[in-house]
Amino acid sequence: MRLIFQDNTTFEGESFGADVNVAGEVVFATGMTGYVEAFTDPSFAGQIVVLTYPLIGNYGVPDKSTWESEKMQIAGLVVSEYSSHYSHHDALSSLSEWCKASGVSAIQGVDTRAITKMLREKGSTLGQLIHSGEAGVFSDPNTENLVAKVSPKEVKTYGNGPIRIIFVDCGAKENIVRSLVRPETTIVRVPWDYDYSKEEYHALMLSNGPGDPQKCGPAVEQIKKAMAAGKPILGVCLGNQLLSLAAGATTYKLPYGHRGQNVPCTDVETGRCYITSQNHGFAVDEATLPSDWKPWFKNANDGSNEGIKHASKPWRSVQFHPEASPGPTDTSWIFDQFLNDLIANKI
Amino acid sequence: MTKPKKILLLGSGGLRIGQAGEFDYSGSQAIKAFKEEGIKVVLMNPNIATVQTDLPRLDSSGKAGEGFADRVYFLPLTEEFAAQVIEKEKPDAIALSFGGQTALNLGLALEANGVLKKNNVRVLGTPVSVIRDTEDRELFVQKLKEINVKTARSIATSNEKEALAAAKEIGFPIMVRAGFALGGEGSGLVRDEKELKERIKGVFRSVSQLLIEEYLAGWKEVEYEVVRDAADNCITVCNMENVDPMGVHTGESIVVAPSQTLSNVEYHGLREVAIKTIRHLGIVGECNIQYALNPHPETGELDYRVIEVNARLSRSSALASKATGYPLAAVAAKLILGYTLPELRNSITKKTTACFEPALDYLVLKMPRWDLNKFDNAANRIGSEMKSVGEVMAIGRSFEEVLQKALRMINIGADGFTAHRSGNFKIKDYKDHIQNPTTQRIFAIAEAFRDGITVEEIHEWSGIDVWFLEKMRNIMETENRLTTRSDFDPSIVRKAKKDGFSDAQIATITKKKELEIRDIRKKAGIIPAIKQIDTLAGEFPAETNYLYLTYHGSENDVQPGSSQIAVLGSGPYAIGTSVEFDWSCVQVLKTLRAKGLGTIMINSNPETVSTDYDISDRLYFDELTLERVLDIVEFENPQGIVVSTGGQIANNLALKLLNSGVKVMGTDPKDIDKAESRHEFSKLLDELGVDQPEWTEITTWAAAKKSAAKMGYPVLVRPSYVLSGAAMRIAHDEESLEKFLKKAADVSSDHPVVISKFVENAREIEIDGVCKGGELVIYAISEHVENAGTHSGDATVVLPPQRTYLETIRRAKDITKKIAKSLNITGPFNIQFLAKDNRIQVIECNVRASRSFPFVSKVTGYNFIELATRAMLGDDVSGHYRTVDLDYVAVKSPQFSFSRIKGADPVRSVEMASTGEVAVFGDSYSEALVKSMMAADFKLPQKAVLVSLGKEENKIKLLESIKQLEDMKFKIYATENTADFLMVNGVECEKVFKISTEKSPNVSELLTEGTVDLIINIPTKGGGAENSDGFTIRRQAIDLRVPLITNRQLAEGFIHALSEIQGSGLEAKAWDEYRQ
Repeated sequence: MRLIFQDNTTFEGESFGADVNVAGEVVFATGMTGYVEAFTDPSFAGQIVVLTYPLIGNYGVPDKSTWESEKMQIAGLVVSEYSSHYSHHDALSSLSEWCKASGVSAIQGVDTRAITKMLREKGSTLGQLIHSGEAGVFSDPNTENLVAKVSPKEVKTYGNGPIRIIFVDCGAKENIVRSLVRPETTIVRVPWDYDYSKEEYHALMLSNGPGDPQKCGPAVEQIKKAMAAGKPILGVCLGNQLLSLAAGATTYKLPYGHRGQNVPCTDVETGRCYITSQNHGFAVDEATLPSDWKPWFKNANDGSNEGIKHASKPWRSVQFHPEASPGPTDTSWIFDQFLNDLIANKI
Repeated sequence: MTKPKKILLLGSGGLRIGQAGEFDYSGSQAIKAFKEEGIKVVLMNPNIATVQTDLPRLDSSGKAGEGFADRVYFLPLTEEFAAQVIEKEKPDAIALSFGGQTALNLGLALEANGVLKKNNVRVLGTPVSVIRDTEDRELFVQKLKEINVKTARSIATSNEKEALAAAKEIGFPIMVRAGFALGGEGSGLVRDEKELKERIKGVFRSVSQLLIEEYLAGWKEVEYEVVRDAADNCITVCNMENVDPMGVHTGESIVVAPSQTLSNVEYHGLREVAIKTIRHLGIVGECNIQYALNPHPETGELDYRVIEVNARLSRSSALASKATGYPLAAVAAKLILGYTLPELRNSITKKTTACFEPALDYLVLKMPRWDLNKFDNAANRIGSEMKSVGEVMAIGRSFEEVLQKALRMINIGADGFTAHRSGNFKIKDYKDHIQNPTTQRIFAIAEAFRDGITVEEIHEWSGIDVWFLEKMRNIMETENRLTTRSDFDPSIVRKAKKDGFSDAQIATITKKKELEIRDIRKKAGIIPAIKQIDTLAGEFPAETNYLYLTYHGSENDVQPGSSQIAVLGSGPYAIGTSVEFDWSCVQVLKTLRAKGLGTIMINSNPETVSTDYDISDRLYFDELTLERVLDIVEFENPQGIVVSTGGQIANNLALKLLNSGVKVMGTDPKDIDKAESRHEFSKLLDELGVDQPEWTEITTWAAAKKSAAKMGYPVLVRPSYVLSGAAMRIAHDEESLEKFLKKAADVSSDHPVVISKFVENAREIEIDGVCKGGELVIYAISEHVENAGTHSGDATVVLPPQRTYLETIRRAKDITKKIAKSLNITGPFNIQFLAKDNRIQVIECNVRASRSFPFVSKVTGYNFIELATRAMLGDDVSGHYRTVDLDYVAVKSPQFSFSRIKGADPVRSVEMASTGEVAVFGDSYSEALVKSMMAADFKLPQKAVLVSLGKEENKIKLLESIKQLEDMKFKIYATENTADFLMVNGVECEKVFKISTEKSPNVSELLTEGTVDLIINIPTKGGGAENSDGFTIRRQAIDLRVPLITNRQLAEGFIHALSEIQGSGLEAKAWDEYRQ
């Protein structure tokens, strides 16, 4: 089979996934473990994912308890070498079996470093995984509203603690929910464009999600209402961008997207640097932040914004994934701090 | 924190098992980092062959080089000498974490005895109290308990009774480990009480603490390298997983980075524990944390034990640094000055902050290199004690690729996992080797697969994760596919190359020639891709010069360079190949750079300075095989390649490279070969009228007997093919000749044996030199303290010579000139001579840099390698070099690791056994000799000496020396015959019985009770031979850590020197003070 790009660049390899031709945006991820968590992350919905670590499938696929959503979200998978024999105590199946069962096309035996270098230079690149026949139409997922596709249609409630948190799910990772559920909390998980202004709630949590934040107008409008109501807000990833838009700032597409589990972010106030897990192509333009907002975190490599904070109001968000999974757990304190502040009635 | 003005940096001394060249890397980086801050650096390290002990040299414009220590002390790393240096130099800070366990222990001692406090010396980085928390098991467990981090159940004991009680409490089997030890010394699995009693006998005399621990056999062993700054930023740079599960020391294990079989939950779960632990302990700088990880947790939850934390740079940090491209030592050095991680940039990528965790898009595999078969009787079992002498690191993009690369890199004649040209590595009793790990285990696994054993069975026997075993089985399957195809299906060849098969392996399988395969595959377009190590998996562009080759790639990351010269490195450290060759390679690179030439370094050894990121313009971390060097040369097309500074591996490639059309710098490889070939070299000596020891090549046992009888015993026997590994022996009679040949060698016309006359009581001298166009440019002549019969690598070497006649020196020089001329040498060389009375004979000539080049360079003050490099480039290097008439004496002593090699006979013989060396300067020969021996861990005797002298001649010749001992008020004990002899000759001594007699007073009692603090045991037969009583004494001396001398000339020299320095003492003088 082959991986073919819009400019006809082609890589020949062997299939180890479902026997279907797929088209999508090709992106890469540099994490060395965590393929199960990554493939179930709705932020990757519809994308063809290139993993830069060359040996994939080593520990098989465990049950859903560590997944980040109900199913495999990616459309296609590109690796250097697939390990046909896996070995792990909690593995239930092989990655190949999982791809096949999920209808995900997968290719191995290609130069993933060469592909990665190409992707980083071209930015958003469309590609197709072709088993047989000619390449079809290259569809650009960024032209559609991806969030609307992966966001749930129904409201779902978790726990029954006294603190009610509205959790806006724009394609959320399950570990955010796991991080928020405590004896003290009730989590009301709502669709991305849900009008929660009439609901009774104490705080607002904005999830991660795929694509361009500027396509999420209705969500931004809702956030503005919550701000007007003075509700405490915490945002993660796309949530950081949505909160920024609600505050009046703008976002832009990064020249080199952040797609690793090793991204250093510095807390601007304390100078402390944390290693974070990231998966985003857009960033907040710090210069456009209103004066009562300030940067919270900065990327220690390229200086881009990684989080914002309001000077006086309980509004904050981060561009990285404090819920980790996959990736380092260094910043899980952000959830703790938010929840502890809520519990202590500080905010 | 205020920046210190002057730092004392402690080195690690001579290379030994558990502490190799990695500390030259970390120390060199630290010096550079300190000097960048304008801090003065005083270095104390007797390892003269290191790059860190170099002083600045002037470039062509007269400017001094940067990044060097301001002052170097070649001194024993003892409390007394360190205290002298501190009082003299008055540093305001000391760095303990760059010189391995040796430096750390010395630092702890200096703190404990108040020297640091008294002199206001601040310990940089991790505070001493924290170091103690990590080194003292009880404190460590307590500390980790405070934050609910799990450790292996462990009880610290300080005497035999406690140890036995603790073992009962935990329940057998148990692990026994010594506190404050490097490389797991004194540790191991103990199955029952009897075994425990055996093991701990006498241990408490040398260690203060013994740990009795829960046995975690079969658990995965995982390690994280952690960096933390004083502001509490903390990252893990790399994790690693051992292929061999718990029970085999990390230094003995095959290790991969990053981990391969850990899920995200495990990887990040352990990472979180690592950061939590290091923060809680309060380590500043670099450290590692080792885990045991339960592969089958009952609850399914993460189940681990922290095994240990090393609060210093270590072997694994050197490995992690080379594996990831993250400059750990340089960053650690800045952090202990008070910098924070986010403040520092990664000097390799220049694009990332130092507060960054590398993402790898390749994997590395570390393979240990053992040399146990150099020792008779040494067990080749591996376990929780480290025995390996070196290691290699293979980089690639599949496990099969890195495994096979690494097996070639360790340079033991293996061509990979399977399909060896030599036909060796067939292990009949493979199950035993797999179940009870030995140095041959990996080859036993290949053999088991060949015999149809399944992955599950091997997993059952070894505990090795099936993921690794499946990959190994893949290699066997590919071999089978190659075997069954007679035509060359490019897709199968491509698959074989992706699985790490070399051209030579494919040639062996398909019964073709290596270069034929190379031709065929190149025509089919099957060539490796050159990839960069950039720490960020290609996420964004980074500038790095760190490269490897892989068949899992379709595109090169770099373009060929221009105006470059390539240098071949030394490969793994081994007995005979130590840090000296790395020093030489680094000097070549520096000289080429100074001349404005581009440099390419090729090497496979992660414990080196030559593979540092800022040493060459392009670093190929890859194999030193003909195939790989040609791959690189064909891509880069360098102006030439230097083979003469990498030791024997590089040297052996010279002719093959020439035949493949590569320009080899310096001496013509055909002439190098002439010196290597015994027949040709002997013929040449005859033509030149130069004397050599009588020799003959025989192919039958009868002929051997006849030749030896004709020459007269003793004879030196050197087989060309060796079964057991022991390559050379002295046979004293027909019986020992027969025994050795039958045991060690296959004698046939394919495998001839060389027998040469062994000249007794002859002295050895060596000339190291540099020639240009066959003319001698510079030379240094040094003499051995030990007579011929001790391998030059195990000899104590003196420069300038003290006992050699000027006439002998003149004649040696004349011979040297003749040989140099006829071999038309350009570059470095070494010639060894035998001198007896007025007769001088040539033993051998190596047309390459020898082990002693750093020694002679630093002692004479002329950089021989710099001159050699310039000679190779065609520069005018003529001049008047003063190398004989020096105002001081330098002595080089071998560093042995016998305590690690259980069962080996610790004698000096014709087969090299030392793992490293040290050298010191003195104002007199006596002072230099004593200090040099101390620098190689020899403790000066204070009270009593046991003398046991085989053979009448030894007794007579040492009588005067023993009398000197008596004069110095030493109490003298002697074994039966020796005692009788001494008493008859008026020496007062106490007679003790040999161990085998079981009579009292007995040698064994003296040793276990710690009565004597020096043993002089001279074996009956020069050059070492079997003698059960003598062997037992020597072995016990090593196991109980009682200083031992086994050579008569060294005993004489030492006793004489000891009596001479009694009044004058030992001075702590810096290198530059001698050279003034």
